[in-house]
Amino acid sequence: MDANLPERIRSRLTPEAPTLVVSHGMPVVELAPAQLSAAVRALRDEFGFDMLLDVTAVDWPGQALRFEVVYHLYSTRDFVRLRLKTRVAEADPVVDSLVPLYGSAAFMERECHDMFGIRFRGNDDLRPILLYEGFAGHPLRKDYPKLQEQPLVPYREA
Amino acid sequence: MSTARSIIPIQADTPKVPTFDYFTTKKDELVGWARKFSLFPYPFVTACCGMEFMSVSSTLYDTDRFGAALPRFTPRQADLLMVVGTVTHKQAPALLRVYEQMCEPKWVMAFGVCATSGGFYNNYAVLQGIDKIIPVDIYVPGCPPRPETVIDAIMQLQERIGNAHHPILKGDF
Repeated sequence: MDANLPERIRSRLTPEAPTLVVSHGMPVVELAPAQLSAAVRALRDEFGFDMLLDVTAVDWPGQALRFEVVYHLYSTRDFVRLRLKTRVAEADPVVDSLVPLYGSAAFMERECHDMFGIRFRGNDDLRPILLYEGFAGHPLRKDYPKLQEQPLVPYREA
Repeated sequence: MSTARSIIPIQADTPKVPTFDYFTTKKDELVGWARKFSLFPYPFVTACCGMEFMSVSSTLYDTDRFGAALPRFTPRQADLLMVVGTVTHKQAPALLRVYEQMCEPKWVMAFGVCATSGGFYNNYAVLQGIDKIIPVDIYVPGCPPRPETVIDAIMQLQERIGNAHHPILKGDF
């Protein structure tokens, strides 16, 4: 990785992205949900991060902004990875969809919606992708009961 | 037009051996013997145990030696359902549908610990053993099972089939 890259990203995204740290050699940007689309567009168009690797979330129960939506970007030009984090509250877990920027975001956002119940504004197709129709709740949230099953086929009499 | 073709007689000119014109047995033993050596498995392969299924089916271990080799990829022609691997709640309707399409008589093998009990997956997604939804005749433990374990299971199942009652019409016969 170019040693100046974190500093260049920091100065480009300032003041929208106040925190940028380097974790295990990977730049990590934390920003507000409102800044997400513009920041990702800048990273894609000006820094060569042309591939969206992953969309996922982290549940921090008890914190005011309970969910941390995490994105991983990759530059096939410079072979650099970058992590983006943004926090949303449980009452309104909505972030902007990245589908207009990366086509691959569509399925990954569906999975994130399945597992954590994060809604992605602009992604029109948030049907279940790994879960099934009728599944109640979001299984990777920390408050989902660990042993709760929702079988589709009724069990046989023991 | 004459052809000097040598003619093979339809009935070989062999002396009649009078010792094996007929034999007597029991109906259940005869049918059981026929059925236990003509198991047609349907591999319902969902996970990594499938590699072990390939190993046990192919040359080195070769379930063909036990008359349980030819996989039928339609359940309507199979009589042994081998559930090989993890079954999730989302897949359970498909498994039940496959089972229901098989003709009687049919047997079910739970191949590997996931099919047997869910294995180390105990969460929202995984069915805790296929016997929650379909009856299972034989369980094969292991993650994955050794090929010898699978062969032992096939032989035990054959033993059971050979000694079972096989109704042909219905009821007692």
